[in-house]
Amino acid sequence: MIWLTWRQFRPQAITAAIAVAVVASVAAATGPGIASAYTASGLPGCHASCATDASNFFTGLSRLDLLLYFGSFLLMYLAPALMGLFWGAPLIAREVETGTHRIAWNQSVTRTRWTLVKLGLVGLAAVATAGLLSLMVTWWASPISHAALLSGGQISGLVPRLDPPVFDATGVAPLGYAAFAFALGVTAGVLLRRTLPAMAVTLVAFAVIQVLVPNLVRPHLLPPDHFTAPLHEPFGVNVNAATGQVNGIGLARPFAKPGAWVLSDVIVTSSGAQLPNVAITFSGAELTVPPKGCTFTSGAAAGPAGLHDCSSVLAAMHLRESVTWQPASRFWPLQCIETGIYLVLAAGLGWVCVAQLRRRRTA
Amino acid sequence: MIWLTWRQFRPQAITAAVALAVMAIVLAATRPGLVASYTAAGLPACRTHCAAIASIFIDGVGGLDHVLYFGSIALMYLAPALMGLFWGAPLIAREVEAGTHRVAWNQSVTRIRWTLVKLGLVGLAAVATAGLLSLMVTWWASPIDHAASLAGGSVQVAAGGGAGVHSSWYVLARLEPVVFAARGVAPLGYAAFAFALGVTAGVLLRRTLPAMALTLVAFAVIQVLVPNLVRPHLLPPAHVTAPLNVQTASYHPTKTVGSTAGEIQVTPPNFARPGAWVLSDVIVTPSGARLTALPKACTFTVGVAGPGPSALGDCKSALAAVHLRQSVSYQPASRFWPLQWIETGIYLVLAAGLGCVCAWQVRRRRTP
Amino acid sequence: MTNATAIEARGLGKRYGRRWALADCTLTIPAGHVAGLVGPNGAGKTTLISLATGMLAPTTGTVEVLGGAPASGPGQLARVGYVAQDTPAYAALSVADHLRLGARLNPRWDAALAQARIKELGLEPRQKAGNLSGGQRAQLALTLALAKRPELLILDEPIASLDPRARREFLQVLMNAVAEQELSVVISSHQLADLERVADYLVVLVDSRVRIEGAVEHLLATHHLLTGPRRATSLPASQQVVAESHTGRQSTLLVRSSEPVIDPAWTVEEVSLEDLVLAYLGHTSTGSPDIRALEARP
Repeated sequence: MIWLTWRQFRPQAITAAIAVAVVASVAAATGPGIASAYTASGLPGCHASCATDASNFFTGLSRLDLLLYFGSFLLMYLAPALMGLFWGAPLIAREVETGTHRIAWNQSVTRTRWTLVKLGLVGLAAVATAGLLSLMVTWWASPISHAALLSGGQISGLVPRLDPPVFDATGVAPLGYAAFAFALGVTAGVLLRRTLPAMAVTLVAFAVIQVLVPNLVRPHLLPPDHFTAPLHEPFGVNVNAATGQVNGIGLARPFAKPGAWVLSDVIVTSSGAQLPNVAITFSGAELTVPPKGCTFTSGAAAGPAGLHDCSSVLAAMHLRESVTWQPASRFWPLQCIETGIYLVLAAGLGWVCVAQLRRRRTA
Repeated sequence: MIWLTWRQFRPQAITAAVALAVMAIVLAATRPGLVASYTAAGLPACRTHCAAIASIFIDGVGGLDHVLYFGSIALMYLAPALMGLFWGAPLIAREVEAGTHRVAWNQSVTRIRWTLVKLGLVGLAAVATAGLLSLMVTWWASPIDHAASLAGGSVQVAAGGGAGVHSSWYVLARLEPVVFAARGVAPLGYAAFAFALGVTAGVLLRRTLPAMALTLVAFAVIQVLVPNLVRPHLLPPAHVTAPLNVQTASYHPTKTVGSTAGEIQVTPPNFARPGAWVLSDVIVTPSGARLTALPKACTFTVGVAGPGPSALGDCKSALAAVHLRQSVSYQPASRFWPLQWIETGIYLVLAAGLGCVCAWQVRRRRTP
Repeated sequence: MTNATAIEARGLGKRYGRRWALADCTLTIPAGHVAGLVGPNGAGKTTLISLATGMLAPTTGTVEVLGGAPASGPGQLARVGYVAQDTPAYAALSVADHLRLGARLNPRWDAALAQARIKELGLEPRQKAGNLSGGQRAQLALTLALAKRPELLILDEPIASLDPRARREFLQVLMNAVAEQELSVVISSHQLADLERVADYLVVLVDSRVRIEGAVEHLLATHHLLTGPRRATSLPASQQVVAESHTGRQSTLLVRSSEPVIDPAWTVEEVSLEDLVLAYLGHTSTGSPDIRALEARP
């Protein structure tokens, strides 16, 4: 039974091996360059205000490196989906479509055993492939992840590990996704009994789940931290350097936790209401429409002096920043919890497959 | 033949119609909010110096809109690939696998006619679907695209306020590779090409699953290579050269422990071409060659303290003598539509070529 | 326009790599007959049929069907009906859809005939072809081919997987159609009993080569079963031994002869079609030389 599974799986295994080899060689060829650029940028020794070094490091990355960086996210999103489509959906559906299940189920192994061995071995191959890819991608991108952490979120494009695209592509999460996508594919194949519709259903279902989980489920896997701190004077004025025009009132934000995954970040007044017309940026918050009682007009070259009455108005509002966030240190706990959930779901789907096949409804 | 093609294509057509309807509803429901904040930011009326307001507007694109922006781009990349896989690869391969080609090719239509009608009708459906999707996505994202072009090309985004995931990402002008493929008429070319690629793979391999795998790999490779190797040269890039003001030079020591080296940083001249796609950005000497080594007066081994003002002054004079210039090669924003049409044309021609390959292969009578 | 010849092949051959699936095939199947194409599995029957329907292109030689090149255009395609091995059908399309397929793709489609047949067969129009039994699918495929109103119908082992009753029904429908539509038929099979019932022309294919062809009547008239005491065979040149078997004391020979056998030493009996075919099926490529030279063309 193991031999038969291997023999049927051989073409896909060879394809996977070639793909992993290609990724490995690309990673090996370009990884050391990035690592040495990281070392040369001074970031390893930097402990505070590392934004400049991080910026130099990031802008010093070649176009190819950037392409590979974002491409690796795409790879880690696609790999589980492809395994679900090409390994999972045809696993049983193809046998039923071509009628070879009538051969397989009339040897001296029970259907349950046949299903479990196929699910187990090919599922293991899927998880192992995802694991190898994740290992390579994580290793390759680790300098960039470190730089993202140290940059304090001030360099756009440098995404901290906890944020969805990187979280989904590194660590152990891809193993869970691969197992789940594979199991989803097999289940779709068992229920629909035709390969192409099973592939389509698997793709749609997996895509929907992968969009929903980081947004609706992951923030609550561990109770998020809350942060509230008052905004202090002096409030600044954001001026367009080229034209000298005033864009808005700059509010310095007290929240600064490197690598944090911010779930919500609002400025609230003393009554708890959210302040409107505020844009939260990396360097602070900007109020584009002055509150009641102020007279500065956006665009006029009023300068800091024109802010005088706004300052007292704002101070009287007792503004606070209220942030809900997951700390950077929660990367591995969240990874393990999420992977565990996906693995449990995969096991559940596997059980559904076995139960369906035992019901003797496929002639 | 038209009836038969429709009857066989019916399930896929229904799936596509449902997907389009869902997209349309989602996009139509969220666009008014986007337009409201776009108008509130003052962008429609803005004529000059709009970069700051545009940045603020984009910074304020949050939550669902943020997800939809990038999700729609991802969709425009995936849709042609999916059509190649699920519409193209099985078109002929499935018939051969199931043996039904022996029914189809022994009615009173020739194989060529059968192939051409199937290719033509389903190909048209693929192009139409991609066209509708592109229309919806381009329409929905037009406020963001306009703001991005005003903001000067690359703007960092932070999703501000409200519930939703806080992440930072690029929002890009239309010409940048990531967005270019998701706007305008380009997706029509991609859809036609991916579909034709799928059918050809199916005809050559005669088995559906391997044909799907081959189509996916080939299409992905081409879609990665074209924006980087082909598109920059579809129209001759524009060049701009400006002298480097060496008086802004300053010394920055590197932070590597034990190293005494440093670097000279010079403020670059202002390259203000909103919405342009920068292809290369280098410092050159008057001969046009890249700068490979600093003049002797600028090599310091003084460590963190840095050179004194007179030493730095000597360096500045030495640099001034070299007459350095910053040379930027770019495609201007106005080239968006010409590039779109040229690229779409090329993909459509390739698709037609693949269609001919299919018809020729089917004619060859090698499939009993 | 009717032709005198259903299928004419000259030196027809098809090679895959180094193996000849069909070699040096020269035959002339006349129109207006039901021709049986017999041979063991792997003999080249399906290859010959594929070449005749234009599904394959020959490596050597030529083949003409009803005087025209196979599948050379809509007109030629309309004259030939084909039911492939395993009677494929579109699993997702219903019976009614299949009839619509035939109507749309064939200029001479006889809708009334098709509807009548479906009704007779008791097929539910809305049932998907994938849910039909093997016999029902075969009948559907035959209906598709017949309602096309072809001049020649080619069937590749259509009844191999059918039960005896389904087989009987299929052949019944076929023979009725032959009578009604003046159809020529080429039907390949290895079920001799069925062929005996319907075929009046025979082609025997063994090991990728044609061993014998001719009208059944003529074949039976020119083959004789000779039994006699065991001795070294010495027969006149006009009598060729097709098959022989010897016991200790007796020899049994199946000979082919254009003249009656008058040697008193032999007991002469008529040969059944089955014996005749089985005798020729024993001929491998290393066996007897081609004895058709003796035969005058009917």
